[in-house]
Amino acid sequence: MKVAIVKYNAGNIYSVVHALRRLGVGPILTDSPKELRSADRVLFPGQGEASQAMGYLHEHGLDDVIRSLTQPVLGICIGQQLMCRHSEEGDTDCLGIFPADVVRFRPTRHEDKVPHMGWNEIRTENEKINHVGLFENNSFVYFVHSFYVPVCEFTAATCDYIVPFSAALHKDNFYATQFHPEKSGAVGEDILRRFLEAT
Amino acid sequence: MLAKRIIPCLDVKDGQTVKGTNFVNLRHAGDPVELGRAYSEQGADELVFLDITASHEGRKTFADMVTRVAAEVNIPFTVGGGISALSDVDRLLNAGADKVSINSAALRRPELIDEITNHFGSQVCVVAIDARQDEQGAWTCYLNGGRIPTERSLFDWAHEAQERGAGEILFTSMNHDGVKTGFANEALRHLSDTLSIPIIASGGAGTREHFRDTFLLGHSDAALAASVFHFGEISIPELKLYLKSEGIAVRPPLLQP
Repeated sequence: MKVAIVKYNAGNIYSVVHALRRLGVGPILTDSPKELRSADRVLFPGQGEASQAMGYLHEHGLDDVIRSLTQPVLGICIGQQLMCRHSEEGDTDCLGIFPADVVRFRPTRHEDKVPHMGWNEIRTENEKINHVGLFENNSFVYFVHSFYVPVCEFTAATCDYIVPFSAALHKDNFYATQFHPEKSGAVGEDILRRFLEAT
Repeated sequence: MLAKRIIPCLDVKDGQTVKGTNFVNLRHAGDPVELGRAYSEQGADELVFLDITASHEGRKTFADMVTRVAAEVNIPFTVGGGISALSDVDRLLNAGADKVSINSAALRRPELIDEITNHFGSQVCVVAIDARQDEQGAWTCYLNGGRIPTERSLFDWAHEAQERGAGEILFTSMNHDGVKTGFANEALRHLSDTLSIPIIASGGAGTREHFRDTFLLGHSDAALAASVFHFGEISIPELKLYLKSEGIAVRPPLLQP
């Protein structure tokens, strides 16, 4: 299986590479439209700032490439946020794959610290959400983020921190997680394995 | 609910763990990678690896170890010890560490915090503080593993670290460290209630009740310990079940105790 990771300026993709290797997959890191289009799976991970990341993607023509991919694609963390319509971070127009707008956490109590960092529980029991078979109800996964996608019609798992938000999204061939499956222990490995097996 | 974190800390010298001689079921109890993976499988939420080597060769060995940890461990880990420049941080993050912990170098040159967070983001920057409380109740920060006192107070320095962009504070009470009579919950509570970033409690863990108390009384976001885990005095799965029974939000253990 050919697995490609989108190469751009939002760093720290090493943990995703290692996680895939532990699953027996040797991913390629590329910004080549041809390589990305011909991959069986594409991962779009990253940590960084939205406006700089979108600026880079646009400059390199990767925005159109990612939008037009037809194989299963998994966005992670800033990847999920960039796949939405707009981000409050840097007032940035994003890829628009998910018609949702990314907003910043606004704490209401002192103990609600931002970023939301650590292990939190995701839920998939809400009948309105997309059951895509990647996520297990009541499992704990690792988050590090200050911005979030509100719950919407494409939510595939929810999490509750200050407000309920989208821990994962799904639409057609596009999947996305706000949390880091590559850092979420055995639970995260199962999610990545199911994504690789998704049809 | 965001889980309170349990963090084993491994001291590494010349590529080998310094404590950890009594850990069960390990072929190489001195191998930090194997020990880290064992803790991860037991349900540890994060790991901290501290390089206590002084030599140049030891530093390189440590960076090689970080690469191996990144390849084999699937939970977040922090590395610290001897980080004094942005280039050290760059090297360790490139080796696959999720966060770096800085201590003496930040006290000597506080701008290092700004540099790290501007370059790599707040989330990678843990500021570790070793402090001692005097008989009058004042907390003073120490350099070089607690050997050299400074002019700075714990609370002032922690606030400055936050203002400069630190993502977390790892506070070790020198009065409590190694004594196993519980964490410095009064000071931890003051830090947690006055700062807006997570506080990791360190120094003093002896029983599972001490972990409960630092979460409930100290308002700590995470608790770090070394010897109670390394010598098998407290098992992480048992600790997690106990904390859960006390009403504390924890990530469930992966193995049954």
